[in-house]
Amino acid sequence: MLPWFAWLCALTLAAGLYLGLFVAPPDYQQGETVRIMFIHVPAAWMSMFIYATMAGAAAVGLVWKIKLTDTFIACAAPIGASFTLLALVTGSIWGKPMWGTWWVWDARLTSELILLFLYLGFMSLQSAIDDPRRAARAGAVLVLVGVINLPVIHYSVEWWNTLHQPASVARIDGPRIHSSILIPLLVMMGAFKLFFISVVLLRMRSDILENEADSRWLKEQGA
Amino acid sequence: MAANINLFSAWQRVLKRELLLAYRQRNDIMTPLIFFIIVISLFPLGVGPEPDMLRTIAPGVIWVAALLATLLSLSRLFGNELHDGTLEQLLLSPQPASILVSAKIFSHWLTTGLPLVIISPLLGVSLDMSSSALIYTMITLLLGTPILSLVGAIGAALTLGLRGGGVLLALLILPLYIPVLIFATGAIIATSNGFPAEAQLSLLGAYLIITLIFAPWITSYALRVSLD
Repeated sequence: MLPWFAWLCALTLAAGLYLGLFVAPPDYQQGETVRIMFIHVPAAWMSMFIYATMAGAAAVGLVWKIKLTDTFIACAAPIGASFTLLALVTGSIWGKPMWGTWWVWDARLTSELILLFLYLGFMSLQSAIDDPRRAARAGAVLVLVGVINLPVIHYSVEWWNTLHQPASVARIDGPRIHSSILIPLLVMMGAFKLFFISVVLLRMRSDILENEADSRWLKEQGA
Repeated sequence: MAANINLFSAWQRVLKRELLLAYRQRNDIMTPLIFFIIVISLFPLGVGPEPDMLRTIAPGVIWVAALLATLLSLSRLFGNELHDGTLEQLLLSPQPASILVSAKIFSHWLTTGLPLVIISPLLGVSLDMSSSALIYTMITLLLGTPILSLVGAIGAALTLGLRGGGVLLALLILPLYIPVLIFATGAIIATSNGFPAEAQLSLLGAYLIITLIFAPWITSYALRVSLD
């Protein structure tokens, strides 16, 4: 199944990049820099989507004790962290010409940064625990605690921002999104999802092979 | 412990034992408190002694110092019990572990959170805070430090006995402390600007109630995971 997703991902990524870089018109306010959005917005979506799937898998894993969910969570976390970092970096590159600064303590930026911290905390907890079963269960607890806290953190940050600094920051949702921009955006979204599925499958495969290195079915396969 | 001890007296006994232990090792209580004072006194040295500046940053400084001081004391919460085996006995006892854990968390708050609440007005005065801001600093600390103990207990249970546990604990727990920091400093800033702060205080209280319900339960589960 992996090659299918990988090829589909390559196709949609190529299509999305083509549409985004060549077909979509430059924005009347933002000029060519608007094209960064085609990476930035899907990456930000993915960062939240992956955390949500991890939390779902963690709940399933804790309730039904399915080994595969542990593997999934452990494999998905670094990808999620990468997307979060990608969203932050592209946002910052976009912010420099647009807002004139690399970083603003805006509510969205801050919650994205905190999401990155949550990913990093999860990953360092995983790497600190040697026993894989304990690592998996402790990680699942942490992800669930994080997901309960995420809305609280998000709203508190949003609210903190409105208290301190009134809306001085340009928002994307000002002008309505035209279909010439929306379509590449959605295509890129699909590409990123497919990328996530392919990479997660690849990582899970190697993880399972590593864990089951001594088991019989694997040796029979190899022989 | 006998099986026929009722829940409340078991809770009381755990609390009594914890407080006695804390009293015997008074240094452990003093260290976070001294740390709290030192961190706060570093800020005027770092940013300069202008009273206006200090007054503006005071709520944030006091609260960040409180977060760090609580963080420092968290490894004490389950560390000794893990080594002498008491923790296993606690989990094996017929009473629900989450109730007994809540007694431990409560005693942790009494020995670290409460001293911070008591000493905070003194430090607030040194940072030139107004009297209403001082009162709200105390109220928010009173509402907020239990949350720090409760949420911190989850992290302490998860990182129990791990190498590099202290730094790891900070990495796991500090993001979860952010709402407390925001609500609490928001309340103090609002009052010192002459606005009502009920909204922030209610949110802080709501967060306290949520953590009060869930944290002991999650902590006892995390302890079981760690001791497996």
